Amino acid sequence: MKLSGRLSLSLTAIILVLSGCKEPSLLKADEQLVKIGHAAPLTGTQAHIGKDNENGVRLAIEEANSAGITIGGKKIIFQLLSEDDQADPKNGTIVAHKLADAEINGMIGHLNSGTTIPASRVYHDAGIPQISPSATNPRYTQQGFKSAFRTMANDEQQGRLLGQFATKHLLAKRIAIIDDRTAYGQGLADEFEKSVKSNGGIIVAREFTTDKSTDFRAILTAIKGNQPDLLFFGGMDPQGGPLMRQVRSLGITAQFLSGDGLYTPEFIKLAGVSSEGAYSSLPGVPLEKMPNGLAFRDKYRAKYNRDIQLYAPFCYDAVNIMIEAMKRADSVKPEKYLPELVKTDYSGVTARIMFDERGDLKAGAITFYRVRNGKWEVAETLSSTPLQSSLTETQSDKKKPE
Amino acid sequence: MNDLLTHWRKFKREPYAVWLGFALIGFALVLLPFATDAAMGRSWVRILDHTLLYIMLALGLNIVVGFAGLLDLGYVAFFAVGAYLYALLASPQFGLHLPFWTLLPLGALVACMFGVLLGAPTLRLRGDYLAIVTLGFGEIIRIFLNNLNAPVNITNGPQGLNMIDPIMLGDFSFSRTQQILGITFSSVHNYYYLFLALTLLIIFISIRLENSRIGRAWVAIREDEVAAQAMGINTRNVKLLAFAMGASFGGVSGGLFAGFQGFVSPESFHLTESIMVLCMVVLGGMGHIPGVILGAVLLSVLPEALRYIGPLEEALFGRVIVDPSDLRLLILGLAMVLIMLLRPAGLWPSPVQRREFAHHDKS
Amino acid sequence: MDIFLQQIINGLVLGSIYALVALGYTMVYGILGLINFAHGEIVMIGAMISLAAIQAMTGFALPGPVIVLMGLLIAIPACMLLGYGIERVAYRPLRRAPRLAPLITAIGVSIVLQNIAMIIWGRQYIAFPPLLPEDTYTIAGASITLLQIFIFLLATAIMAGLIFLVQKTRLGRTMRATAQNPEVAGLMGVNVNNVISSTFIIGSALAAVAGLMVSAYYGLAHYYMGFLLGLKAFSAAVLGGIGNLGGAMLGGLLLGVIESLGAGYIGPLTGGVLGSHYQDVFAFFVLILVLIFRPSGLLGERTSERP
Repeated sequence: MKLSGRLSLSLTAIILVLSGCKEPSLLKADEQLVKIGHAAPLTGTQAHIGKDNENGVRLAIEEANSAGITIGGKKIIFQLLSEDDQADPKNGTIVAHKLADAEINGMIGHLNSGTTIPASRVYHDAGIPQISPSATNPRYTQQGFKSAFRTMANDEQQGRLLGQFATKHLLAKRIAIIDDRTAYGQGLADEFEKSVKSNGGIIVAREFTTDKSTDFRAILTAIKGNQPDLLFFGGMDPQGGPLMRQVRSLGITAQFLSGDGLYTPEFIKLAGVSSEGAYSSLPGVPLEKMPNGLAFRDKYRAKYNRDIQLYAPFCYDAVNIMIEAMKRADSVKPEKYLPELVKTDYSGVTARIMFDERGDLKAGAITFYRVRNGKWEVAETLSSTPLQSSLTETQSDKKKPE
Repeated sequence: MNDLLTHWRKFKREPYAVWLGFALIGFALVLLPFATDAAMGRSWVRILDHTLLYIMLALGLNIVVGFAGLLDLGYVAFFAVGAYLYALLASPQFGLHLPFWTLLPLGALVACMFGVLLGAPTLRLRGDYLAIVTLGFGEIIRIFLNNLNAPVNITNGPQGLNMIDPIMLGDFSFSRTQQILGITFSSVHNYYYLFLALTLLIIFISIRLENSRIGRAWVAIREDEVAAQAMGINTRNVKLLAFAMGASFGGVSGGLFAGFQGFVSPESFHLTESIMVLCMVVLGGMGHIPGVILGAVLLSVLPEALRYIGPLEEALFGRVIVDPSDLRLLILGLAMVLIMLLRPAGLWPSPVQRREFAHHDKS
Repeated sequence: MDIFLQQIINGLVLGSIYALVALGYTMVYGILGLINFAHGEIVMIGAMISLAAIQAMTGFALPGPVIVLMGLLIAIPACMLLGYGIERVAYRPLRRAPRLAPLITAIGVSIVLQNIAMIIWGRQYIAFPPLLPEDTYTIAGASITLLQIFIFLLATAIMAGLIFLVQKTRLGRTMRATAQNPEVAGLMGVNVNNVISSTFIIGSALAAVAGLMVSAYYGLAHYYMGFLLGLKAFSAAVLGGIGNLGGAMLGGLLLGVIESLGAGYIGPLTGGVLGSHYQDVFAFFVLILVLIFRPSGLLGERTSERP
């Protein structure tokens, strides 16, 4: 215990030194500091995506600062407090406490559902509004927390549209499903299965793998015996790549569909030529079709000298929604602007954003992409508004798979 | 210097000195969360809470590895059993909300049963086989927890169990901020005192066990199983007891973890956690209770300390060369190798162990 | 029927990979009585090094198989050196220490290798460039690729060569002597340290071959790939009878077939109660059952416990 005390003392010294430079210089009397928290894995496997999220948040905050916003008669200075949750649920709650201690006015994050769900309880207890830009697990908003929102379609919405797409657009009848037994893969596959069934499709096989496997021949051979027209995979690209390769090498000719986990250049690299014709989905409208998408992409590229990875636009929107709510409430106090956050109707770079009673998106759009000549190309966009699935056809859609 | 040491040794044996020491340590432990809160913020109190959970785990594993000399690489399975038991019986999953005071002993008991279940068929295996089988057992438990959501939904699969009841004693909820005698105790403070009490209980049990007939039997088996058998020790039962005791500590710690986090999912119970706990025991000193506690504290704080390496690297080299979180396991692995090569009895070894390893070196 | 045949082919190819890795475990265990936990990681390092070499050479206008062969020729000595180094640094000083000590260092070494590989090559999966022919043949409705046939034949050939080495050569004789009793072997003029080093070196060379084979077969390499592979290969070695070379081959092939048939048929057989999500459990169950009911494995002789 003595040692930990000494260690922690020296650590405090380091923190003080390091954070000293970040603290904004003394505020003037007519200025007010508003702290926006952000958390994502900034180290580890998903660091590049976490950093991308942080960049999206930072861009929005810096723009707001330079625009000069006045709320409650005071000029607002926004400050970003970004933390690394390492994509680990335990660390997620530690970081959440850290941010709640710092009395942040609002929270953007976390990146993963696994960290977002346990952390949301900490923010809820502290009365801090939280918008996750990328957690898609339905449970996040089903806990009854009034403080929890997200700017991305959840797995339920995505799975439903994936099922519609498979049965109505790819005209598949006999469908086989594989998932990787992670919260993401299994959740998406379950929603997909429900949707396929309600759209009149038949599930001919449901097989499983893990997020560390490389050999899928046994389950694929079993699937081959069931002669599916379409194979759906709920999982990420490290498995999706070799899976795709083995699908074709075993002579399975079924169409291949998956969620956002495979919408990466990595998938095409790992699967090689076998990836031609594979479909995947990504929540949101393609950047080129977003109202301010291209402008955002250029701003992002100019500022960070790199391309958007995945969720930065959703983070950018999340911050702006929060700031808009503060403006409407004319207060930066969480309890004051939270009721305004619920009433959000904001046209962001990802879509027009409105929340339902749970904090989910009212009409989450999903775009489908297809591999053609070794690149992902837009196939079509579906909206999750039930009944009237407004279909935005694109040129490439006309060329249906042979 | 030597003189001072002998004086100190003499002083150490005096009864009043011992009580004074206990009182000082107790006082420090009571004040620790408030001091930490004031100095470094609430998140560090949470880290303290986690540290206490790890101490319990490490002490449990210490019984198996340190006392009885059985290498268990699947220890996290018992932690998982405790956590899931709590989660299943105190969450909306089955609509059950059993009180904490029944769940805690139940968790210990069920984990204990799993310990016997694993131990009974495998304990006659030799050390290295046992290591692999326990590793396999740990993975099997995790795979089952991950997959028991169909055809009947028991564990809710990879989605994990959410909305687990916080720990309550009567009407006292540990997850709420409480006012006692005009002092405000926030949730992490409440949990700290609860965990501290249970950790002290486990330390007490460990010490009593170490000095008991059973404890000496464990050591005898660790040193020479054949000789121990010849001395009339029922090695099978005594080893089973070690497994069962170790497992029950893990189960208690798991139940506390579930109530504290409010969310459990299979990804929290990976093999790396088993190795982490093993490393705590090895690093601190196998079979030596203060050493094991030291190991647990050091390794619980390590990831937090590593957070500051990133900015440090940036300050020194202008960019992050090695991702700090990548270093965590590397340090763990290196520590295991170096400790075994250079200081096999651990950083803070027990006098007995030190003698024993020295003896082995000479032979 | 074609489905069943296909599963058998899948299993045999997967099994020959297990067998090749299992040989490394079995050799070290036979001589030292030590589970070399790091062996799976040497396989991984072999895959990584050969892949890095192959990627560096893809610029040259050489035929694909030649490039792959050259990658292998670079990886083999590198792995030999690594295996030798591990034995010298982490195991040899502990040969007389309590049993627990070398086991713990073995786990430590394995973690260290994994994380060094991760720092050097990153966490991303590395794709194996398409250099090898992907010809597919169809036999009675089941498909088999040229690479699969090659993997099976190579594993068999290597095993045969290894048995020849152990049974017929001088080095083999000293190995067997050391395995039976290191002290007596030493008295008979066998340089025990050299024998143990050569065992590690040969095992590591096999690991390099296995590493390249795995990454070519699945089209990727990853810092974590050695761990589960190592565990399963170890299970295969125990199944066949650890310390027995033929046993490693038999155990590997059997485990591969068990896994394939298990994953393919467990769903229908149990009426959907269990499914292919329990695929990884089979290896561990087999391991536990063998250890309980026949600890010496299928081909192993019953030996008394060594101190």
